[in-house]
Amino acid sequence: MPETIDKVAIQLKVNGKLYSLAVEPRTLLVELLREELNLTGTHVGCDTTYCGACTVLLNGASVKSCTMFAVQADGAEILTVEGLAKDGKLHPIQKAFGDSYGLQCGYCTPGLMLSTFQLVTKNHEPSENEIRKAIAGNTCRCTGYQNIFKAIRLAAQNMKGA
Amino acid sequence: MYPRPFHYHRAGSLPEAATMLSQLGDDAKLLAGGQSLIPLMKLRFANPSHLVDLNFVPGTSYINEQNGAVRFGALTRHSEIENSSIGVRFPILHDCAAGIADVQIRNRGTIGGSLAEADPSGDWAAVLLTQKTEIWCLSPRRERSVPLTDFITDAYTTVLEHDELVREISVEVPGKGTGGAYLAFKRSAPVYPTASAAVQITMEGDICKDAHLVLGCVGLVPVRATAAADALRDRRIDDKSVAAAMDAVREAVDPQADMRGSAEYKRTLAAALVKRAIEVAVRRARGERVEVSHIYA
Ligand SMILES: Cc1cc2nc3c(=O)[nH]c(=O)nc-3n(C[C@H](O)[C@H](O)[C@H](O)COP(=O)(O)OP(=O)(O)OC[C@H]3O[C@@H](n4cnc5c(N)ncnc54)[C@H](O)[C@@H]3O)c2cc1C
Ligand code: FES
Ligand code: FES
Repeated sequence: MPETIDKVAIQLKVNGKLYSLAVEPRTLLVELLREELNLTGTHVGCDTTYCGACTVLLNGASVKSCTMFAVQADGAEILTVEGLAKDGKLHPIQKAFGDSYGLQCGYCTPGLMLSTFQLVTKNHEPSENEIRKAIAGNTCRCTGYQNIFKAIRLAAQNMKGA
Repeated sequence: MYPRPFHYHRAGSLPEAATMLSQLGDDAKLLAGGQSLIPLMKLRFANPSHLVDLNFVPGTSYINEQNGAVRFGALTRHSEIENSSIGVRFPILHDCAAGIADVQIRNRGTIGGSLAEADPSGDWAAVLLTQKTEIWCLSPRRERSVPLTDFITDAYTTVLEHDELVREISVEVPGKGTGGAYLAFKRSAPVYPTASAAVQITMEGDICKDAHLVLGCVGLVPVRATAAADALRDRRIDDKSVAAAMDAVREAVDPQADMRGSAEYKRTLAAALVKRAIEVAVRRARGERVEVSHIYA
């Protein structure tokens, strides 16, 4: 086992804010977000790359932040659920999840909303099949998904005008 | 879950990465998309002391066509292939890329990492074995190309030397009159398939002039079903020849019973997938545009 591990200096933007930090190489991105930056909206469900509760956007692409080291986010822009609302106003995706009852316990919701974000910023009229594919990496143990589909369709509609 | 502590090295070029591997010794590993390696490290099945990160090397992610071959940079992400226009003319590549795990994993995982990992259930190796595929490798001592047929030697084992890496994957574009298809059966998106079938078929009129059939997840390495291909070659593709090919597939595969099913179940599944893949491949060989999706339980 290596004796002393050098920390690595990184710079990254999270929700528009620039951070300069020194991280241990084995620190996972999700741990950095939750433990160092106090952004606890990104959840850890399975910790084994399955459930998608830890989904964040890395330079616009959804990733599972439990399966990436924080040092790899050096120079990147990260969007977490905390970055969705602006000036105290819910993001259209957040509003759609609320209005459609697309959540119950809420554990999966931040990850689902970021997967939705990646889908609807490119596609304002996703088909049923496209929605299924887009959230295939996000597990919800409560809702049975029907209201999540409704929420995503509504979010896409809401964002058409935006 | 935390992996064991490790030293982090960021390569600026692929030759530098290879040199780092040779200097750091056996306990160093390359990090590409991390979608196989990081889960293994978190579970402490893999405990490298040094990671050499390839993600900051410029110019390693590309898809371009030259002299009748598509070339993929080793770090080309599954999602880049899924969304590239190459999938229109070379649809088996789209079948494969679009069916790997889920959006998040496809945004990170790379074609080079998938081939180097040589997971018996990995999709790329099964698909690319139906094609003429060369793996371009680089070490501090030499550069060489290895046909994919020689590249994977056993489960999780390739011919790569410790300080050798995959630089590029080159796949010959199939000519007119030939079609390919890849189908897998999966219990959900973010898991490897239970079984999969890749088929490439060349037709002349109603007669099959050439066929390549490879089965995934049903052996320690992807199974090249040559007897099944023989059952189709120089014959009409009809119920009889397809049934013979399916029988040959049942014979050729060597599945392990696990939580995904018994060996007998997987044998039957592989044969059924081959039948469907042949149908699609033949239609594509005739110039039809056919979209397929994996089958989810
Ligand atoms: C939940 C889950 C589901 C998945 N489902 C599927 C699936 O359905 N089908 C499928 O095919 N895959 C699946 N995968 C695996 C995924 O496709 C991986 O991305 C892929 O197998 C490895 O690629 P990577 O770039 O992530 O490699 P890494 O994890 O970074 O590396 C894997 C190994 O290859 C070595 N390596 C990486 N790049 C190179 C290189 N250029 N040269 C030499 N060695 C290299 C590394 O040192 C390491 O040993 C799944 C993964 C997860 C976590
Ligand atoms: S916590 Fe990352 S995928 Fe489940
Ligand atoms: S709302 Fe509870 S897990 Fe999805």
